[in-house]
Amino acid sequence: MSDGVRSDGQVHEGQQASEMKGPDERSGDRASRSWGERLVALAFTVAVLAGLALTVVYSVGGQPQLEGLFLAVALGGIGVGAVVWAQRFMPSEEVTEDRIELGSTDEEVEAFTHSFETGEESLERRSLLVKLGLGALGALGLAAVFPIRSLGPRPGRGLKDTGYAEGVRLVTVHGRPVRPDSLVPGTVLTVWPEGHEGDADSPTLLIRTGAGRLQLAQPTVDDIVAYSKLCTHTGCPVGLYQQQEQLLLCPCHQSTFDVLDGAEPIFGPAARPLPQLPIGVDDQGFFVALGEFPQPVGGGFWDRKR
Amino acid sequence: MSTDRDRPSSPPGRRGTPLTRRTVRWLDRRVGAAGMARKALDKVFPDHWSFLIGEIALWSFVILLLTGVYLTFFFEPSLEKVVYDGSYEGLRGLEITRAYDSALDISFEVRSGLVMRQMHHWAALVFVASTSAHLCRVFFTGAFRRPRELNWIIGVTLMILAIVNGFTGYSLLDDQLSGTGLRIAYNIAISIPLVGTWIASLFFGGEFPGPDIITRLYVIHILLVPGVLLALIGLHMGLLVRQRHTQFSGPGRTEGNVVGERVWPTYLAKGLGMFFLTSAVLAALGGLAQINPIWLYGPYEPADVSTASQPDWYMGWLDGALRIMPSWELRAFGFEVPNPFLQAVLVPTITFLLLFLWPFLEARVTKDHAEHHLLDRPRDRPVRTALGVAALAFYTVLFFAGGSDVLAVTFGIPINVLFPAFQVLLVVLPAVAGYLAYRLCKELAQRDQPGGEHHAREVAPPAPDSGESHRRDVAPDDTPERQPAAEAGGKPRR
Repeated sequence: MSDGVRSDGQVHEGQQASEMKGPDERSGDRASRSWGERLVALAFTVAVLAGLALTVVYSVGGQPQLEGLFLAVALGGIGVGAVVWAQRFMPSEEVTEDRIELGSTDEEVEAFTHSFETGEESLERRSLLVKLGLGALGALGLAAVFPIRSLGPRPGRGLKDTGYAEGVRLVTVHGRPVRPDSLVPGTVLTVWPEGHEGDADSPTLLIRTGAGRLQLAQPTVDDIVAYSKLCTHTGCPVGLYQQQEQLLLCPCHQSTFDVLDGAEPIFGPAARPLPQLPIGVDDQGFFVALGEFPQPVGGGFWDRKR
Repeated sequence: MSTDRDRPSSPPGRRGTPLTRRTVRWLDRRVGAAGMARKALDKVFPDHWSFLIGEIALWSFVILLLTGVYLTFFFEPSLEKVVYDGSYEGLRGLEITRAYDSALDISFEVRSGLVMRQMHHWAALVFVASTSAHLCRVFFTGAFRRPRELNWIIGVTLMILAIVNGFTGYSLLDDQLSGTGLRIAYNIAISIPLVGTWIASLFFGGEFPGPDIITRLYVIHILLVPGVLLALIGLHMGLLVRQRHTQFSGPGRTEGNVVGERVWPTYLAKGLGMFFLTSAVLAALGGLAQINPIWLYGPYEPADVSTASQPDWYMGWLDGALRIMPSWELRAFGFEVPNPFLQAVLVPTITFLLLFLWPFLEARVTKDHAEHHLLDRPRDRPVRTALGVAALAFYTVLFFAGGSDVLAVTFGIPINVLFPAFQVLLVVLPAVAGYLAYRLCKELAQRDQPGGEHHAREVAPPAPDSGESHRRDVAPDDTPERQPAAEAGGKPRR
């Protein structure tokens, strides 16, 4: 390791100041120095003014754009001042320093290993005690799993059930039941099972298709179909109905479903059709479900079919 | 401090003002660290514009902490319903959650709240952006090689955590966009085989939307992840100080030395200046550039979704993967693996696994296990550069695919043309970009050869594909090899 001598005459271990550019040398003649000083002064003055302006803006009620602007100018002024100050008036010597050896010597590693492995007095049943100790830690770990278990209920049937059952009315978000004749052709209406209005897992699209030919697996009413509104890809609401082409489009990832053909996916990442709700009309003329969705709604999961 | 008070004060001079001296004495008598502190002040840092990128990441993290603490004073992470009666006309009278309500209050009622909120959001975007750019700098210059593999792993972890905390942050506000994002996250979680539905249930506290998700995200966002980030950033910089910074080769710069400026005072003053400049840019963005206008999105309703739902930029590649990656579903014995698992679980897992392992994979392939403190110029490592460019092209295609709906509307291209186009690009573009990068590297390296246009480099390091890479043993008494000083010209030199 070589010793370096700094510009101030002090010794710096392992360093050599090869290229000394002191403040005097760097900032050149007096004119440029005073120009530099003026620049720093200007930057700090602007920062002072912006800081004061920010205070005024804040105290008269605040205005987001002005606050942001003055804050930016205040911070920027300090920043510019500091950088110019450092660039022009602080010593900038190019110093060469030797790199340290990262690896230790064999003896050091040996000594460390020795200290680290300093063990207990000799024991007769060492391995048994170690096993028991590990066993105790293991049991504690097992016990610690149960507080984690408290974080949420068992997934169970929740993912497969919605609020629908035989005879449950289809209602709007405000709880009003719906009659077939209140559906205008070419429009969609989002409905829920009565008593579950607004639930995340059961929004259902009621569509009067106005078409004669429908290929459906479930019973329905006239030319009206009811599909789960949740995309079978990642569960986004399939909110876009293109009446001309009779398509349902998911705005999240553009999966597209064929309304007339059992909501089969015809484009995009979804791999399964939207589940169709079997519907009928009760004796008062309102839509009712004839049962639960035949498949779980929304995105798929491991044991969806179990 | 009282012990030194009665001493006669000497006039300020080169040896320090009396105040500095008194303070130093007082501290040193209690800590005894003057020698160590001087060593720290004298630490030498090489300078290059690309080393600033990591610094910007650090400063935007500091601004995230400062603005974030301010926001916690006002934000209420609760799904309890209240009736909005704030000053934003469009939502008045609506029943909304406390989370959304307090976020609106921060935006409209709390003085300077909106600036702080928007600064926080912009700082998050810049944090992830500068972290990613810093990662690219380290990758393309080979700064991850021995002895810096550990710091590379910490760095990749930092980037993952930055992305995670960005997502948990904008998911807190319970507006339409954040709810949609959470629903997608929930469905990605349940797509994991065997444990997915359990993970989702434990995390959300039940079936989506779950009663606890906002409170839990809040703790994760303001305590857990920032705590780990802070600790890892400390470790990241501690290792940097211990191992010294890398440098580009140049006159007098060898594997065995560090050439640059001492930390004190110039380097530190410039760094502090950088902090203020970074905050200035973020303050300007926070005040003048609207971001995440939650009042326009409305409160989250599970049955609604707005068109052009776009996540923050760093989630774009995952959103793109969810759109254009193959929609394969594996079905067997009545069980199934739904496609979001491939798209949004496997893709990022493989991505980050490859990143974590890269230093070791490269060392194995090139058989170069030597210590490196001199940085590569990307052109001198054509294979690595080509692979990196190809990977960037891959993720760029995914990123743009994540905006497919916006692109379709903006340019009037049907979505069923865009998707196949992106799928083809996803395969073709990385190959083309990688090949071009390789050719360009060779071309540039050719020019650097003696007799070429520039005599930039007398001693070119062996290319990783040439099989001539030098191997060095890991013996502890091994001294770093001294490379002959290369001639100046065309090289980064500061």
